[in-house]
Amino acid sequence: MGDIQYYQSSLSDPNSRKLETFSYLPEMNNDGLIKQIQYILNQGWYPMIEYTEPEHASDHYWYMWKLPMFGETDAEKILAEATACHKIHTAHHIRLVAYDHYKQTQTVMIVIFRGMM
Amino acid sequence: MSNKSYQAGIKKYRETYWTPEYTPKATDLIACFKILPQTGMSREETAAAVAAESSTATWTSVWTEQLTDLERYKGRAYRIEIVPNDEAYFYAFVAYPIDLFEEGSVISVLTTLISNIFGFKALRSLRLEDVRFPLSYVMTCGGPPNGIQVERDKMNKYGRSLLGCSIRPKSGLSAKNYGRVVYECLRGGLDFTKDDKSISSQPFMRWRHRFEFVMAATQKAATETGECKGHYLNVTASTPEEMYKRAEFAKDLGATIIMHDYLMGGLCANTGLANWCRDNGMLLHVHRTMHAVIDRNPYHGIHFRVLAKVLRLSGGDHLHIGTGICPLKSDRRMTLGIIDILREQSITSNREHGIMFDQEWGGMPGVFPVAYGGIHIWHIPTLVSIFGDDAVFHFGGGTLGHPWGSAAGATANRVALEASVEARNQGADLEKDSTDILTHAAQHSPELKKAMTTWKDSLISQ
Repeated sequence: MGDIQYYQSSLSDPNSRKLETFSYLPEMNNDGLIKQIQYILNQGWYPMIEYTEPEHASDHYWYMWKLPMFGETDAEKILAEATACHKIHTAHHIRLVAYDHYKQTQTVMIVIFRGMM
Repeated sequence: MSNKSYQAGIKKYRETYWTPEYTPKATDLIACFKILPQTGMSREETAAAVAAESSTATWTSVWTEQLTDLERYKGRAYRIEIVPNDEAYFYAFVAYPIDLFEEGSVISVLTTLISNIFGFKALRSLRLEDVRFPLSYVMTCGGPPNGIQVERDKMNKYGRSLLGCSIRPKSGLSAKNYGRVVYECLRGGLDFTKDDKSISSQPFMRWRHRFEFVMAATQKAATETGECKGHYLNVTASTPEEMYKRAEFAKDLGATIIMHDYLMGGLCANTGLANWCRDNGMLLHVHRTMHAVIDRNPYHGIHFRVLAKVLRLSGGDHLHIGTGICPLKSDRRMTLGIIDILREQSITSNREHGIMFDQEWGGMPGVFPVAYGGIHIWHIPTLVSIFGDDAVFHFGGGTLGHPWGSAAGATANRVALEASVEARNQGADLEKDSTDILTHAAQHSPELKKAMTTWKDSLISQ
């Protein structure tokens, strides 16, 4: 059994809580995030920033940071909004979402700052 | 006195049912059949026979035909085409007036179209290749109880394909051991687990015990990971009453999704269950046991694209369709056609993909295609390339067979998927760069690294 690695996850360990898409990958750096934001813009989707207390992460509705960024085409500015939100809400989860108004659905959800669990 | 007269005896079908001058109406239902006639039968007469026998005619004239208006109810064979590269065969296009069918009943449509013509002696073989349902008929059907968008909203999963796993072995696990496997897969990172089609309520695991243990497993995995999880509880049963009883119990336990086998349970049960799901806020996963009996022979039977359209109309939120990963390029193109049929609102005919007709779905929601069958982490970049985000990838051995157990197997699946989606969004060519994408992701995931070594050879052998 020596070479079998056990699966580390438990109710008592807050780090076992996952945050959906990309939460099984290492945290993205700014360069990676800019690429994901650029993908959103290329698709013609609307980016938006949301935040919440970590204990309410599984709620459907998080707090909206301002409004969806209709018409914004600069990926750096969009990332700057997430950073601005994070500066005020340092202990909160902050996520980037995108909305496709044609399909009427959310299409992207990436937690980019992880709050204290 | 009317100018109609009754002439007993046998008439050539083509006199009434071959109408090359006819242009189908927007409200007509149109079918394309692939036909091999008996030697000596003309194509026109055979096509007319199919149109006739699947609408108003019988083998001989009958006096009661005078009591109705055949022009209003008859099917019309209006075009024939030689099948490219298969010249003994031809396509017959038949238009049916919408009043031949009961509203909201795919059973009525299929029964009428199929009728007795598949055993018809004038034909050596017959295949129903595609059907165009007019939008006016589509709008009489309930369709998927939730659809892709609503399922994403309920499950809170965006921007990636979903992951599932059938619990193995297919038969023989106790309910508590079965729940253990569900728990391991879901805590490891899968979104769904699934009852295999053959799991009903056998002596080794009665349905009620399975439902209870599976829900305990699902709920614990959801709490532990903080993510929405589901297990397709199979409610396909021997009677409709039993099916609804199991569905109600699943709902009482807080299940989000149930499962039905639509060809075995039948279209009556499926449509009823889809309506029940709509009324009870439940997602519906649909399995397709028996499809290959009907659709595998390229010269006889019904193509799966027709069965897929029928399911979208009858109702289901997921439908199994295969993987499209195959040495034969034509299989991949056919899979792409079926993906469009399930998901898109407006489809343009595309012979390359086997789609013979334009098809409008109006506002009817789409169905998640489910890719399954012998797939594992090495296939994930290609699966994302073929299917995109709106699909569910189903593993069995590809999760459960991981050397470190099912949770590790699930994590390997999830990491491979997320790495593929990330790379795609960055502009990578998923099929060309698949090894690089997975190798890079495995640097941070020992589970994925181990899975890649374990199944490396199985990729080469395909």
